[in-house]
Amino acid sequence: MPGKLKVKIVAGRHLPVMDRASDLTDAFVEVKFGNTTFKTDVYLKSLNPQWNSEWFKFEVDDEDLQDEPLQITVLDHDTYSANDAIGKVYIDIDPLLYSEAATVISGWFPIYDTIHGIRGEINVVVKVDLFNDLNRFRQSSCGVKFFCTTSIPKCYRAVIIHGFVEELVVNEDPEYQWIDRIRTPRASNEARQRLISLMSGELQRKIGLKVLEMRGNAVVGYLQCFDLEGESGLVVRAIGTACTLDKLSSPAAFLPACNSPSKEIKEIPFNEDPNPNTHSSGPSTPLKNQTYSFSPSKSYSRQSSSSDTDLSLTPKTGMGSGSAGKEGGPFKALLRQQTQSALEQREFPFFTLTAFPPGFLVHVGGVVSARSVKLLDRIHNPDEPETRDAWWAEIRQEIKSHAKALGCHAVVGYSESTSICEEVCILSASGTAAVLNPRFLQDGTVEGCLEQRLEENLPAGCGFCHIPYDELNMPFPAHLTYCYNCRKQKVPDVLFTTIDLPTDAAVIGKGCLIQARLCRLKKKAQAEANATAISNLLPFMEYEVHTQLMNKLKLKGMNALFGLRIQITVGENMLMGLASATGVYLAALPTPGGIQIAGKTPNDGSYEQHISHMQKKINDTITKNKELYEINPPEISEEIIGSPIPEPRQRSRLLRSQSESSDEVTELDLSHGKKDAFVLEIDDTDAMEDVHSLLTDVPPPSGFYSCNTEIMPGINNWTSEIQMFTSVRVIRLSSLNLTNQALNKNFNDLCENLLKSLYFKLRSMIPCCLCHVNFTVSLPEDELIQVTVTAVAITFDKNQALQTTKAQVEKSLQRASTDNEELLQFPLELCSDSLSSHPFPPAKATSVDYSSFADRCSSWIELIKLKAQTIRRGSIKTTVTVEKASPMGEGNFRNRAAPPCANSTVGVVKMTPLSFIPGAKITKYLGIINMFFIRETTSLREEGGVSGFLHAFIAEVFAMVRAHVAALGGNAVVSYIMKQCVFMENPNKNQAQCLINVSGDAVVFVRESDLEVVSTQQPPANCQPLCTGGEVTT
Amino acid sequence: MTSELDIFVGNTTLIDEDVYRLWLDGYSVSDAVALRVRSGILEQTGATAAVLQSDTMDHYRTFHMLERLLHAPPKLLHQLIFQIPPSRQALLIERYYAFDEAFVREVLGKKLSKGTKKDLDDISTKTSITLKSCRRQFDNFKRVFKVVEEMRGSLVDNIQQHFLLSDRLARDYAAIVFFANNRFETGKKKLQYLSFGDFAFCAELMIQNWTLGAVDSQVDDMDMDLDKEFLQDLKELKVLVADKDLLDLHKSLVCTALRGKLGVFSEMEANFKNLSRGLVNVAAKLTHNKDVRDLFVDLVEKFVEPCRSDHWPLSDVRLFLNQYSASVHSLDGFRHQALWDRYMGTLRGCLLRLYHD
Repeated sequence: MPGKLKVKIVAGRHLPVMDRASDLTDAFVEVKFGNTTFKTDVYLKSLNPQWNSEWFKFEVDDEDLQDEPLQITVLDHDTYSANDAIGKVYIDIDPLLYSEAATVISGWFPIYDTIHGIRGEINVVVKVDLFNDLNRFRQSSCGVKFFCTTSIPKCYRAVIIHGFVEELVVNEDPEYQWIDRIRTPRASNEARQRLISLMSGELQRKIGLKVLEMRGNAVVGYLQCFDLEGESGLVVRAIGTACTLDKLSSPAAFLPACNSPSKEIKEIPFNEDPNPNTHSSGPSTPLKNQTYSFSPSKSYSRQSSSSDTDLSLTPKTGMGSGSAGKEGGPFKALLRQQTQSALEQREFPFFTLTAFPPGFLVHVGGVVSARSVKLLDRIHNPDEPETRDAWWAEIRQEIKSHAKALGCHAVVGYSESTSICEEVCILSASGTAAVLNPRFLQDGTVEGCLEQRLEENLPAGCGFCHIPYDELNMPFPAHLTYCYNCRKQKVPDVLFTTIDLPTDAAVIGKGCLIQARLCRLKKKAQAEANATAISNLLPFMEYEVHTQLMNKLKLKGMNALFGLRIQITVGENMLMGLASATGVYLAALPTPGGIQIAGKTPNDGSYEQHISHMQKKINDTITKNKELYEINPPEISEEIIGSPIPEPRQRSRLLRSQSESSDEVTELDLSHGKKDAFVLEIDDTDAMEDVHSLLTDVPPPSGFYSCNTEIMPGINNWTSEIQMFTSVRVIRLSSLNLTNQALNKNFNDLCENLLKSLYFKLRSMIPCCLCHVNFTVSLPEDELIQVTVTAVAITFDKNQALQTTKAQVEKSLQRASTDNEELLQFPLELCSDSLSSHPFPPAKATSVDYSSFADRCSSWIELIKLKAQTIRRGSIKTTVTVEKASPMGEGNFRNRAAPPCANSTVGVVKMTPLSFIPGAKITKYLGIINMFFIRETTSLREEGGVSGFLHAFIAEVFAMVRAHVAALGGNAVVSYIMKQCVFMENPNKNQAQCLINVSGDAVVFVRESDLEVVSTQQPPANCQPLCTGGEVTT
Repeated sequence: MTSELDIFVGNTTLIDEDVYRLWLDGYSVSDAVALRVRSGILEQTGATAAVLQSDTMDHYRTFHMLERLLHAPPKLLHQLIFQIPPSRQALLIERYYAFDEAFVREVLGKKLSKGTKKDLDDISTKTSITLKSCRRQFDNFKRVFKVVEEMRGSLVDNIQQHFLLSDRLARDYAAIVFFANNRFETGKKKLQYLSFGDFAFCAELMIQNWTLGAVDSQVDDMDMDLDKEFLQDLKELKVLVADKDLLDLHKSLVCTALRGKLGVFSEMEANFKNLSRGLVNVAAKLTHNKDVRDLFVDLVEKFVEPCRSDHWPLSDVRLFLNQYSASVHSLDGFRHQALWDRYMGTLRGCLLRLYHD
């Protein structure tokens, strides 16, 4: 009995009128936890009752404390009939269970009813007395901290980053139980809300237990999702990164550990960026020394469903970390071994983090992803998690093997998602293959030796772009050049990743949001036929999404993508693909070539003219974009760098032609001159459309920038105004004659118009940047497309531009170029096997699997496998090691004066999808906010139609999140995310229903100006994170 | 491709002042979009009409949801659904309760009943204010009236407290409530030259001096109802015109004092008895509700018009009224000095305000 929960009901206000006769309400409150219920007295005839109850005490196990929510129900007393429920409040008491978070929950909570929405507020005080429990076999995991933030939270320091934790629980969905036929919608919705609350509690407790087993004390990058499978059940699953965190004791000294706008250098011994690639002292072929080997071709051809059991058995190197330091081998190999040994112990060396402590990320290999199509009605034992566990294990295994193929031992920026339509479910996982520094992965034993080594290798800091794989044994054809920064290591010409831009990365100009959008029609089908159709389509979608991304990237004149997120959504009669990423120009990577258009029939005069017209337009756009995003890399003469010999990019459309016989295969010699150009072949109207759509993307109006990462590369003089928002659009397609082109156009217009609307609405904030722009697509019905966007607009100071940055970059480049004059240039002939195609597609896999069904259909499964194989050309992006003196490093932060903060309004709660608040310092994390709401209406027209209904509901959700944060004593939610927004309507019946799931971290922040006295004691380079100071008004 | 649903929800509720004004003015979404297009916003921002449409819809929806809260402004401050900075909240409330001069002149002094509400169509046509806007303004008047009637304490304070209006606007509402409660006639043709400001000025003076609140601050409706006892007592003033000696004495006192100072002295001298009779009779009649209602009509008829027809300058009117009130103190036979001051002090202020073209 290790806990006592105490609850006091103070008062209510703004209650609805429940008695028409008197226009008043006789309200009382039921307080329920587990199976115990208390009641307050009835407060007669008031809309603002003052109950001032005694303390209701619940004596409970801490296991229950973690699982159960506190349920508060407000009712109207009725002498003659049943009491009417006014509404409910669910309070997650988890934040009270660990010492550093909140100590009391106290405040006004909106009283929520699934039919009527918010109906007044109730003031509640909740406390928990925990008794220490030393039972080793305990089932609870009180004390493990959870963070949604995908970086080491500010005011903490990562001692060890243990790695991946995951858990999944399943239950019957109350909406599909037999009882649902006879109970009211309200009862059914409430059963669902309660169940999900309970399941998330349980899930969190179980994950906590795993963390304790790993000897961690926190989960960072915690991502919990619901799968509404329908008949087969309701799945709640979560992934996260287990860590051991140390609280930075004095609030003055806390340095934002790693992330986002800041880079903190002092705190961590590896500040000097262990750029292991520049092993000046070591021999030149470090890669050959790695202790494990992989054969790319083999791993590519492997089918995911059958895959890779051997990988998990990879022999552990067993190298003691202590002895490692004494070995004379090249540094890289050493690092690899150490890291590997640290990682090999883990089943999945995955990290949900997207930003890292300095020095943690050594190299980035590229995006790895895997998808698999499953049939939900084939689950043997739907109430048990085993089947789903197996599905995910399989996908993760595949991701792991892809990472290995890229010469990487870890996956960072890892995430998982599903898309469900009827009984078909697409499971997706993606991340960025990477080589990590073992320093954070193990107990501090390696530290000493590594540090020594590092001091020897300090020429330049352009580490993360350098390729981690063996250039002579590349898993896919890539185009390597010497790093434009240090001239010593090889880099690819384009880099795709799912992580945030490392803070020390040298970037030229600004970044921008890049999206690829794609629809594919599909025939309606049942079960296996449907699954087959989907899995046949998937590879083509992946391919086209990547082609689009690549084209758009080139059109922007940029060479790298960060924060890449590809969402494939399945509907009854179509598949949608939406990829979002932030394009940047990395100084370490070569200048991207232009885009060449090639016509099919070169002899036709008018056609020729048309082509050249298009070509001109494209070239103009590129030039314009370069200006717009201030991309003007210093010209470095070709001789110095040595231009790579353009390799023939034949078969650039190979994939398509191979699998669709209708497409002719055109062998193109694409070596146009010296610069490699990306060639678009216009061979049909389809391709024409592609080119058109490329050019229809309108850049944001001047004064606006947008990105989907935490911060905008190239802007760091944020001012304090932030505005988080959610926008939802649903369009109905005219069902007649839908073609892929029409569909694509509709979808493209939908997204573009949505963005235009956002720019218009937020025009008063100019100059500003939309950060963390997160698009979600769903297909609620046959002809409906729903797009949900959540993002934050942050203002910045235009006048404090970053001249210093540019100067630094230029200087560093110059130095690099002179340093490396003597370096030879190798032409790279890296076309590995016949499957080469798109130059830089991330490693990808598609697999189909029908549980418990395989035998009968084995023949066509084989077929699918075959196709999947052809598509899964693993491929790799790489990384740039970055200059030590990065543009963000110093200088420009020095002269930023924090404007004095003006009016602070009591009770304002800021919400942001970012992990930080500009102009402010987070001083305390109060706990995770994870809320699930259902709203239903049977009077849709009266509530303003679908728009009125959803608008009100989302506003209510925001209100409830803010109220909970305020009750915890917080003034902001960071890393806020709307994970689900499932909207269903039935206008004929005047009904609609919506489910929303949101999460984030409740925090206390202090304006930087208030801390000014303290912060002046810090060296300027260290207070980077909160760059521009000032008061935050949201 | 048709848009089924299109919403934007900010953590801080976005309020576009221009759109708010259009909404308050009662324009439909399509009219509002057309007006915005005409304002040149598309050229300034490079937006499309569709964007404008969607934006306008969003704002209208927000305002529609806020309207319920605006009906009880303290709720807007305490509600949790819309996070709005205080300055914006104040702006929302102030603008919502603002009214059009043209409209208020139409309903000032009318009973705020369903009957009047039915006439809003005509008012709308006459004033070319949209019916929607008329309704809003009318409902505001009525709502404020309902809330503050039968309430203790200062009318202005009550209005300010329950509707969080600025001092200026709260005073205007006090006047509207006061007029509606006492049903003063303001619509007659001869009163058309008067502005709402004129009436509001008079209302304020009357509230300060002629209501129950002027003598006792602890009664319900103290600022809304005229002090009945006071009105009864006003009959006593009749002696000033009924008693011939007193009237003559009064006249001679005034004439002596003003001789040489008044440009219109002869006119004044000739008209004194008429004017004095008019002013005193107005007082004596105030026991009847009907005559209370006609107060302003009477004042204009009995005093403003005669003076105006003789082309009295305002300064002369002021001199006259001052002397006229003050001289009564020298009338030894007159015992109701305090009553006279309470009556004439206010009336003098009102008359001076009402005296213009």
